[in-house]
Order: sequence, then structure tokens, then C-alpha cells
Amino acid sequence: MTPGWPLWEVFVRSRNGLAHKHVGSVHAVDATMALTNARDVYTRRSEGTSIWVVPSAAITASDPADKDALFDPAGDKIYRHPTFYDIPADVKNI
Amino acid sequence: MYTQGLDEAPGPDVDESFDPASLLPDDEASAELRFQARIDAEDRIEPTDWMPAEYRRTLIRQIAQHAHSEVIGMQPEGNWITRAPSLRRKAVLIAKVQDEAGHGLYLYGAAETLGVSREELVDQLVSGEVKYSSIFNYPTLTWADMGAVGWLVDGAAIMNQIPLCRCSYGPYARAMVRVCKEESFHQRQGYELMLTLSRGTPQQQAMAQDALNRWWWPAIMMFGPSDADSVHSAKTMRWKIKRFSNDELRQKFVDVTVPQAEYLGLTVPDPDLRFNDETGHYDIGPIDWDEFFAVVRGDGPCNRQRLATRRAAHENGAWVRAAAEAHSRKQQERQQSSEPAATEPAATEPAATGQVA
Repeated sequence: MTPGWPLWEVFVRSRNGLAHKHVGSVHAVDATMALTNARDVYTRRSEGTSIWVVPSAAITASDPADKDALFDPAGDKIYRHPTFYDIPADVKNI
Repeated sequence: MYTQGLDEAPGPDVDESFDPASLLPDDEASAELRFQARIDAEDRIEPTDWMPAEYRRTLIRQIAQHAHSEVIGMQPEGNWITRAPSLRRKAVLIAKVQDEAGHGLYLYGAAETLGVSREELVDQLVSGEVKYSSIFNYPTLTWADMGAVGWLVDGAAIMNQIPLCRCSYGPYARAMVRVCKEESFHQRQGYELMLTLSRGTPQQQAMAQDALNRWWWPAIMMFGPSDADSVHSAKTMRWKIKRFSNDELRQKFVDVTVPQAEYLGLTVPDPDLRFNDETGHYDIGPIDWDEFFAVVRGDGPCNRQRLATRRAAHENGAWVRAAAEAHSRKQQERQQSSEPAATEPAATEPAATGQVA
């Protein structure tokens, strides 16, 4: 392989009604080849009805070092969950 | 297919009594402690997380050896595709060999998340710098070997790989889940093939027995050296890359496989093999470790042939890779030159030049 074939992230929709899910990556010179390679590598057993390929370089990811700053504030807001509220057992359909 | 035996080979400059954390500045030592705490809590490590340099090195080596084994593993079976005895068997064998290529690609992908490039990995294999499973240095002499390889070699691989689905490194574990699903087909088609032969003519039965005779011990050796001689075991266990010792996995394999051989009416080539009522396990005879290490060193029946074939395939594919790049470049140029003149009719020349790729 010549150095520098771009990396593509592969997302597969297993059936209509479900979201595309990340399954892995492939190297390819262009998007068409990436789709073909993804089809051969990740859907040999009818795993999908649709494939997305996205250049890995196009993905912006959150920094693991920012994990606390990003996600901790949600940790003490348990009132955002329905189970936070006590409703008498006699009250139905709520 | 896979063996973990290779990851036990002593590294070039690893002093096991040396604790790297002792030399680290305090913050890095505490990072190691936090890392180990996450591992102990069964958290998974993802590519962008902090990890000790040796954890990264160990994983790159193990995943690369695993990937190379899948790629080289195509050869012993590819050997029989043109001579499969029926269309059904041929279709199955092609699908299996294609799976091995796929497994190699999942694994290269997982290794690359650790910062090694695909080109480096491929170079390491074709230069012989990084090893692959020694089992693939044995020849596939008869059609029955397609059965024995699927049943025994893939069977041993499954024993090794199922615990790897819970490996502490996320991308490796996820690759293993896919591999294990597919590996089950490999083992079952192999056993079915052995079953057909062992229910066939006396010649076919003899072929099946001969294949078992030649593949039994190499399959037993796939689990790697005995725990007593295992260099890296303690560390990889603590990091939860590995969860069972070589001997534990080997014992599990023997316990499930011996009854399968009995069902086929075949004899396991080990005069010392017997069921131990006290332990509830089969005891086996001594393993010829001299043979194992000779094959690992490069003196197996097919080492040179396997590498030469891999190297030739890589070199002979150079023009295909060049053509793919040229096609992509042309497509881009055409797109760019047609964009400003959108009103003009599309180029009529078909993109036939790209079809070689």
C-alpha cells in the first residue's frame, strides 16, 4: 500500500427504523472505493441495508481530558429523570 | 484463526523485575494507578485515553501478530479452493478464506487506533520482523486437512478469542466479537467435513484419521508455552488483555475436543490421553516444545513458502494500488474541470480506465 491512503469510518444501518451504527474503518483512495471495501469487510452476512462512509479526518471528537467538564454537570441533575418524582401508588397512568 | 502462543516470546529488552512506575515522575505514576483502577473496575480503555506506553506496545504487538495470522491463514486453505470436491464445498471454502481476510482487516484497524500505520504493519509482516501463528507453517496435504483445520485450528482459535471479547482495550474487544461470530461457522463446516469423511469409504476414513494425526499436536501447541515458561502472562492478565492462562485454555480445548473425536470414530494420536476421574479433566501426554520453538524460529515445514507467497502477493498487487490511485486522481481532476462549466454536457468518455482497480 502506498503511504497515505485516507482512513474512512464505516457506519451501517442494520435495518430500516434503526440508526446507522459505527462498525469500524477502512482505507480507500476515494469514497466510492471506501463504500465497496466497507461492503466487503463489514456486510458479508446481511448485516446492513445501508452504509455510510465518512473521512476519519472529518470527525471532531471531544477530548477525554474534558470528560469531567462536559459530563459531570449532568450527574447532579437527577431531577431531569422521571424517577426523581414520588407519585402515590394510587395515582394511575402517570 | 489465531494463536496467542506468540505473545509469550520474550521481548528484546524487557526486564520483568523492573517496575517502570518506580522511575516515573509522580503524576505519571499516579496516572498508572488510575489506569489500573479503571481496568480493575472493568472499564474499557478507548484509543484517546491515557495508557502506559508498555500497555500500548504490548497490544500493538499482540494485535499485529493476530492480524498477520489471519492473513497468512488464508494460504493453507486457499491451497485447496481449486480442488474442492463439490461446488458446495468450494463456495464454503471461498467464504471462509474471505472471512480470514476480513478478520485481518478488523484487526489491522484495531491496531491502527494505537498509533501504528497500516503500511508499517504490512512491512513488518513481509519483512518477517513480526511473527504470525506457527500453526500456519504446517502444510495442508490432503482435502481432509480442510476439515481438520476448521475443526481443530479454528476450534482452538475460538477458545483463545472468546475471552478476548472482554479484553480491556475497546477496539480489540469489539473486533473480537465480530471475529468470534464468524469463527463458529469455520469450526462447524470443518467438523461437518470430518463427519462426512469419517462416515465414508475406508479410504476417506483413513484420510480423516491421517489429518487428525498431523493436526492434533500443532493445535494443542497453539495455546503457547506452558504457564511456567510464560514470560508476559502476569502483566497481560493484570491489564486484562488476557483472562485465562495458556494451560487453562489448552485444557478446556482438550476437554471439549476429545469427545468430538470419539463421535467421529477417530483416535486422538496421544497414547497417554485419558480421562482423570479425580480432576474431571483429560490428561494429555508430553508436548514436544522443541518442535514448537523450531517452528516459531522459522524452521517449520512451510515458513519460507508462506512469507514468500505473502511478499509476492503484495508486490504483484502494486499495479492495482497504483491504478486505484490514478483513477481517483483522474476522477477528481474531471470533477474540478467540469465544475466551472456546469452548463456544458457531461464528459462522454466512460471511466473505463478505472475498472482495473
